[in-house]
Amino acid sequence: MNLTLVAEQALNGLQLGVMLFLLAAGLTLVFGIMNLVNLAHGALYMVGAYLAAYFFGLTDSFPLAALLAVAGTLVVGMIVELVALRTLYQRDHLDQVLATFGLILFFNELVAILWGRSSIYFALPPWLSGHVELAANLRYPLYRLLIIAVGLSVAGLLWYVVARTRLGMLIRAGASNRAMVAALGVDIRLLYTVVFGFGAALAGLAGVLAGPIYAVQPGMGELILIQVFVVIVIGGIGSIRGALAGALIVGMVDTLGRAFLKPVLSTVVSPTAADAAGPALASMLIYLLMAAVLAFRPEGLFPSRGS
Amino acid sequence: MITSRTWVLVAILLLLAAVPPVAALLHEPFYLDLLRRVMIFAIAATSLNLILGYGGMVSFGHAAYLGIGAYAVGVLAHHGIDNGWLQWGLAIGASALVAAAIGSISVRTSGIYFIMITLAFTQMLYYLGVSMTEYGGDDGLRLKVRSQFSGFIDLNDPTSFYYLVFAILVLFLYLTHRLVNSRFGLVLQAVRSNEARTRAIGFSPYPYRLAAFVISGAMCGLAGALLANQTAFLTPEFMNWTRSGELMFMVILGGVASTAGPLLGAATLLLLEDMLQGWSVLPKWVNDHWQLYLGVILVLVVLFARRGLAGLLPGKERDD
Repeated sequence: MNLTLVAEQALNGLQLGVMLFLLAAGLTLVFGIMNLVNLAHGALYMVGAYLAAYFFGLTDSFPLAALLAVAGTLVVGMIVELVALRTLYQRDHLDQVLATFGLILFFNELVAILWGRSSIYFALPPWLSGHVELAANLRYPLYRLLIIAVGLSVAGLLWYVVARTRLGMLIRAGASNRAMVAALGVDIRLLYTVVFGFGAALAGLAGVLAGPIYAVQPGMGELILIQVFVVIVIGGIGSIRGALAGALIVGMVDTLGRAFLKPVLSTVVSPTAADAAGPALASMLIYLLMAAVLAFRPEGLFPSRGS
Repeated sequence: MITSRTWVLVAILLLLAAVPPVAALLHEPFYLDLLRRVMIFAIAATSLNLILGYGGMVSFGHAAYLGIGAYAVGVLAHHGIDNGWLQWGLAIGASALVAAAIGSISVRTSGIYFIMITLAFTQMLYYLGVSMTEYGGDDGLRLKVRSQFSGFIDLNDPTSFYYLVFAILVLFLYLTHRLVNSRFGLVLQAVRSNEARTRAIGFSPYPYRLAAFVISGAMCGLAGALLANQTAFLTPEFMNWTRSGELMFMVILGGVASTAGPLLGAATLLLLEDMLQGWSVLPKWVNDHWQLYLGVILVLVVLFARRGLAGLLPGKERDD
């Protein structure tokens, strides 16, 4: 296999990893701070994608549509937190899993009512749809490079906010001892709503970015959500560093596995056996990875210090 | 001692037993089919309740065993082996083996990690099912002949099949009841309520939890074999994670750690789904978008009905 193909697939893996990170960051923050298992996080990603498609149709400007969609998802996330999730923080994980499972059904059907069940595609504006020549023979889509850039900048920004600002200090304090933070006069309920909205906006951003390259359809959130759970379990639940490491690992392993497992296998076993086992093994790879990580490091690669 | 709760359960079971003659009288064979489906899911939910309710192990991958049981029947039938004893035996055995393998790793973890690892293993099995092109892959497999029990019982007769499922349900409810009140069950519940204290009085939780996990998987495997015969069709969707979520919801809706709970939960969820989808009394916008309303009902149940439907029954399940 040639080097160009490997480089291209590695970039694809990086792009998927960055996308997973945008989702995992919000999910892991919400879990680390509010101790909430939110299955409906994928639904917010879907809402982001639909809003982007809708606003793009209205305004015909991708940046404006992206901005409106992220803001819209933030509002939807805050409403969900206020109406349904707020009372669940003190409950056990079982109740949280079920209530957010109910929210998934609700949102999937809601977008089906508003925009129909068939998938919608929105074409990229011409200035984003070109290719960039990165090296000889390696032309890579500009839009996917943009996703990587946006994702990495968000990761940097997130690190700055959490590690260097007052809000970040409150977030970290809330994760390690909520009662103490509340006793010091911080409005913990408001903090939770803000953090949840923040996580929702990140999920919405991932949805906006995903819109032009994946199919926008009801249920799109669940396909990626399970991968995101694998990411945060591998990284260590509650840890943003872990989410970044986990997302990049899962993105790479999944993409490279799908691209190269079959050819690699066929050098070892017969081509027919590789044909049969390759795709199955490739889809199972990240779950095998997760089981292996949990067997050796039950708290994930970067256990969070809070809680 | 026979409590008022037991009477409620007996009354429900008597009602279920009376369904075939009533359905025949009303010329509505559809209800026979619907309630058989309810009972099959009640068996699966009962098996989940053993580990989720009594063992405190929130398995988010219980649909795996439904799938294994169904595939045991489907794969053997695909190769021309229609013998029901063999098919169902394989369904139970294979489910127990897989549960032992999954359990040996996941039972060591707890809390959210247990939820996620059981989910991950079920996803692996799901993708395995999707990739088995010989057995239909994504599209699934049609069961040409239902399991054959050479004269003992004919599953093609809806009423006999119904009573067989009914008998298995009653047997499993009874077995679960005996199991959770045995020494084994008491240790299992002790581990759920306080692991440290249970260790301190000299019990190692691991073998008890693992044994419960395997028993539960084997029971659910049989439910899978029944489900394959019920639908005469199987797909990897049997193992979809939403199916695991539904099973969990049945247990919660009915009331965790109660004997009648899973049956009540399965009946309520499936009948509710059927009503929202098919009842022409309801306006068309409800029929078309029933999942929207189901989702709202689910959230409301979790928020406000904390002990499930069994919590509304008279008396208490136990004194804890």
